[in-house]
Amino acid sequence: MLAFLLTLMLLLGIVIVLAYAERKVAAFMQDRLGPTEAGPYGSLQSVLDVLKLLQKEDIVPAAADKKLFKLAPILIFAAVFAGFAVIPFTPELIPTGIGIGVFYLLAIISLDVVGLLMAGWGSNNKYAMLGAMRSVAQIVSYEIPAGLAILSVVMICQSLDFQEISYQQGILLNRFPGLEFEKNWLFGIEALGINTTNIGGITTWNIFRAPLLLVAFLIYFIASLAESNRAPFDIPEAESELVAGFHVEYSGFRFAVLFLAEYSMMVLVSLVAVILFLGSWNTPLPNLTTLKFADWTTGTVGALSGILWGGFWLLSKTFVLLFLQLQIRWTYPRLRVDQLMHLCWKVLTPIALGIVLLAGIWRLLMV
Amino acid sequence: MERTSVKHKAGFWEVVKSLLSGLLLTWRHFRNADKRRAPVPVMDENYFKQPEGLVTLTYPYEAIPVPENGRYRLHNEIDDCIVCDLCAKICPVNCITIESVKATEEIGMTSDGTKKRLYAPVFDIDMAKCCYCGLCTTVCPTDCLTMTPVYDFSEVDIKNMIYHFTDLTPEQAEEKKQLLAKQQEEMAAAKAAALAARKQQ
Ligand code: SF4
Ligand code: SF4
Repeated sequence: MLAFLLTLMLLLGIVIVLAYAERKVAAFMQDRLGPTEAGPYGSLQSVLDVLKLLQKEDIVPAAADKKLFKLAPILIFAAVFAGFAVIPFTPELIPTGIGIGVFYLLAIISLDVVGLLMAGWGSNNKYAMLGAMRSVAQIVSYEIPAGLAILSVVMICQSLDFQEISYQQGILLNRFPGLEFEKNWLFGIEALGINTTNIGGITTWNIFRAPLLLVAFLIYFIASLAESNRAPFDIPEAESELVAGFHVEYSGFRFAVLFLAEYSMMVLVSLVAVILFLGSWNTPLPNLTTLKFADWTTGTVGALSGILWGGFWLLSKTFVLLFLQLQIRWTYPRLRVDQLMHLCWKVLTPIALGIVLLAGIWRLLMV
Repeated sequence: MERTSVKHKAGFWEVVKSLLSGLLLTWRHFRNADKRRAPVPVMDENYFKQPEGLVTLTYPYEAIPVPENGRYRLHNEIDDCIVCDLCAKICPVNCITIESVKATEEIGMTSDGTKKRLYAPVFDIDMAKCCYCGLCTTVCPTDCLTMTPVYDFSEVDIKNMIYHFTDLTPEQAEEKKQLLAKQQEEMAAAKAAALAARKQQ
């Protein structure tokens, strides 16, 4: 229960910051000022937005399927929020450490799709229905390349446990029960003869341990943009062109929940990208002979310093990815539906399949 | 900046290059976000030479200065007005309302030496209707109706957009009207008396 509340608070905090950052980043990239009035530099703007939404009337259309309509936002948010249960925030801190975390995450996130369809169908509105179908088609399609990219990581790491994958990517490798005698080699290849177990830092991140995961990371990142309906794949919403997609009939608190779910999804996919590819809560600074940067910026596991450093690295890497998501939104034009499907099925999926094959071969080289 | 169009199907690396250059562009703007365009007036030679920085003007707090001879809100210097009604006649939207009362004697002189013979108990300009064409100011014979560089005069109540320029209070106006009526009565009486005297002869 404590973990639930803490994670919820953390998530709400991040989402509020993110909604504010979204406006400011958009403004700065378009040579505008963005919000300036609410609080210093407009920093209370997103808090006020939430308050405004909560005050609004909760309208349920007369012709809607009331049960589905009311349940959908909660289901969507619950599906995304449940994904946070297996995210390790620091070496010690993980809401629920289960051995099949990756599998659980992929499965629970897919529930999102059911919620979307419920919202679209329940609204009894053709635009909501069309929006929901587009959203669902997009999310279902892009789960395939994303899943394959994640699969290649799982093959390299030989684990479905997020915490174990995290430990493998840093100097704390031997602290994880069961990995006491593991060693990290440069690029994962023992034949090169460079032992990076105690060097740590960026050299043990997954994209460095098996450089072909860099491609997997790109695929995952692109697919995750589509999964969280972000530009340039925001066709279901396309706020500058369409009515709002599947949530066109929602207002007040329910809309706020949908909004929250959308931003939580952004945060979740970025967190997963950081954990699987970019070293999780491990520091990016390696130990260099006498300059023990990695030791200094890791802290002591179990002590407060370990928690703070771990949380700091995880969140700062996540925010870099989130910033990239925002920048991409304000840089690239939106894709057409056929281009979207082309990219997914004819480009990303075959490459991801190839990566999975290569990851298997790489793993053979690693042992 | 050099501009070259990207061919359709330009090849993988071309596409990657163009994607990266797009990101670079937004990043450059993001980095320049600490600079602001200076709110210089259009007369300034740097007005068109500020390619970088945020363009937003936080209006009530800062404003681009307008030229000194800007022609926005109307102003009537009522002391110089001879109430000739020319401005009201030429106004294309009929937003000037003038009522005049003849004076019983000469009231005075305008600053350019024209004699004033009329009072104006009502001289209203409805700024909400005015289209700021400036025709009234060009016909005004004494140049008392002018346009000023004031441009921010929005009101909550539209009735406040009607500007009253008269210098007479309603009582004074009533007094002047009675004076005129009395004078006219006296003149009429004198005329009648003269007529009667002529008839008797
Ligand atoms: S500026 Fe034009 S519209 Fe306004 S009062 Fe004068 S003549 Fe009428
Ligand atoms: S034209 Fe000039 S002088 Fe004549 S009534 Fe109008 S403001 Fe007065």
